[in-house]
Amino acid sequence: MSETRNATISEPAPVPAGPLIKIENLDFHYGERKALEDVSLDIGANRVTAFIGPSGCGKSTLLRCLNRMNDLIPGACIRRGSIRIGDLNINEGTVDPVELRKRVGMVFQKSNPFPKSIYENIAYGLRIQGLHDRHVLNWRVEESLRAAALWDEVKDRLESSAFDLSGGQQQRLCIARALAVQPAILLMDEPCSALDPVATAKIEELVHELKHSYTIVIVTHSMQQASRVSDQTAFFYLGRLIEHGDTRQIFTQPANKRTEDYVNGRFG
Amino acid sequence: MQTNVPGKNSGVQPAAAALGRDAGNGGCETLLPAAPRVTPTSFATPAFTFPQRGRWVKIREKIATVALCCATWAVLLCGFAILGTIAVKGAGTLFKTTPPFINMDFLTRAPETLHVFEDGGRTLEFGDQAFREFSASKRVEDPTWAPKNERSFVYSAGGIFPNIVGTLLLAAGSMAVALALGVSTAVYLNEYARQGRLVEIVRLAILNLAGVPSIVFGLFGYGMFVVFFGWNTSLMAGWFTLAFMVLPVVATAAEEALKAVPAGFREASFALGATRWQTLCKTVLPCAMPGILTSSILGVARVAGETAPIMFTAAYVLRDKLPWEVSRVADFFFQGVMALPYHIYVVSSKIPQNEYTERTQYGATLVFLLLVAAIAAASVILRGRLRRRRRW
Repeated sequence: MSETRNATISEPAPVPAGPLIKIENLDFHYGERKALEDVSLDIGANRVTAFIGPSGCGKSTLLRCLNRMNDLIPGACIRRGSIRIGDLNINEGTVDPVELRKRVGMVFQKSNPFPKSIYENIAYGLRIQGLHDRHVLNWRVEESLRAAALWDEVKDRLESSAFDLSGGQQQRLCIARALAVQPAILLMDEPCSALDPVATAKIEELVHELKHSYTIVIVTHSMQQASRVSDQTAFFYLGRLIEHGDTRQIFTQPANKRTEDYVNGRFG
Repeated sequence: MQTNVPGKNSGVQPAAAALGRDAGNGGCETLLPAAPRVTPTSFATPAFTFPQRGRWVKIREKIATVALCCATWAVLLCGFAILGTIAVKGAGTLFKTTPPFINMDFLTRAPETLHVFEDGGRTLEFGDQAFREFSASKRVEDPTWAPKNERSFVYSAGGIFPNIVGTLLLAAGSMAVALALGVSTAVYLNEYARQGRLVEIVRLAILNLAGVPSIVFGLFGYGMFVVFFGWNTSLMAGWFTLAFMVLPVVATAAEEALKAVPAGFREASFALGATRWQTLCKTVLPCAMPGILTSSILGVARVAGETAPIMFTAAYVLRDKLPWEVSRVADFFFQGVMALPYHIYVVSSKIPQNEYTERTQYGATLVFLLLVAAIAAASVILRGRLRRRRRW
């Protein structure tokens, strides 16, 4: 199993492109507290990039910078540096965070389906974009659920509450919900931390499938998960990017001592 | 060894005793070293002792229990005494012994003056209209006829229909205004405003409103709406006065309900590219609605029941026309109405008390209580429905 996974890692992703996301010299503060310091990182298109590091190292903060979810936190701001997606600096005044979030989807640590039916959960993002044609909605809902490998499990009960689903199904529903608005980038903030190993395996399988169509950034606490799903890995410690590179290199020949200690479970 | 086992101690005793016996068995002795022999013994005789509590501790406990129990019963008794009196005295007016068992006249007619007089050796009781018809028919036979020993009691005949209608209108309108203002305030404070000192001051001000006596709201409403805005004694003035009175309840409740909506729902909505307004309308408010309604039930009971705020702003002692008997739609909002609590106040305070007036008093009170209970029950059912649709 692990061999096949490793084989997947060693194969280059089919679309070799320049970095889709360019983070340059980013300093980020929560009020007076510095959360990120001088982070520079390129994230390639159609690849899975994992952020690893101990709690409070800033990996989730950086993830939330990518779709400007931090705008919602009072006092949070970028003091220096820039984040570019494609050619666009996403923190420029002309960029509407609402439009940005439609292109940069997010899946949260705790699955958070709305207290609505399965169908309405998926259709939510489409409806707020003004899509009301029933046929198009039906089609997009099915497509999204299929993409999230959930369709076969829920196709007969689309109208039942999303809360009737198991934890793993709920998380896949959240992924489907994010996919429904057709983002280019999918951010995943510890998507498996509340799931059992079987559900986790399903999500990881899904990530493998999705990277053909999406650029995925995943924050994880599990080193095994990072090594299983990601092509690139970035290790953060105390708000700094310590090391980043190919996942295989990070896990087998880390250049930095702290990275080595961390991936070998000696701290964190 | 076995004598060490206390006879009354525990359910595990037989097993433990058996263990002890085994260990004492000569066959095992040779196999086991000395130390393990001790272990089962100490297991069979627990070292715990439970000292009895002191006598005074027990007595104090008993006294406390009894006292608290008595207090609870006293409260219950008061409640039953009040409700019982109203139910027993009011039932005579509201119900009757012949089908349909409910005194429909009382529920469907306007208040009238009750005339009590003697005629041909009988004591007769007539409402206004019936009295006039009766006198007219008498005068046909005898032009000099006049009722003997006539006494009249205002509002003691007829029914309380306009009052019920007025109270329902006042409660519905003021809750609509209060919910609109209160929920907007709560949404702004909780979802939009930057949390800080100013917001805290606003919150404190809203809470302080809750402590203002209702008569002050009445005077405020009179000065503001009736005189300054020139709305006169009207439904509008009553609605706004009552709404301001329950605003703190509704606003605080709405804020609590909004706070109870998990942050994850908002984040998920924002992450899908929803604006603040879309998030509010499609996710936050629907989820908060059951909570808002729960606390608004209290508000309904209060606006329906308050006398002081409406006595200067909306309530008429007597009005012939029903609220929908207006020539223009706009007039509907600027007319005064009769209201149950004010009616009870008028009937109970303005006239000498006797058996005739008591009927209306208690009848109206009973109807009033049932009405408030019905409104509360309706809100509870509505809340239950909303909850079933949106639980998390």
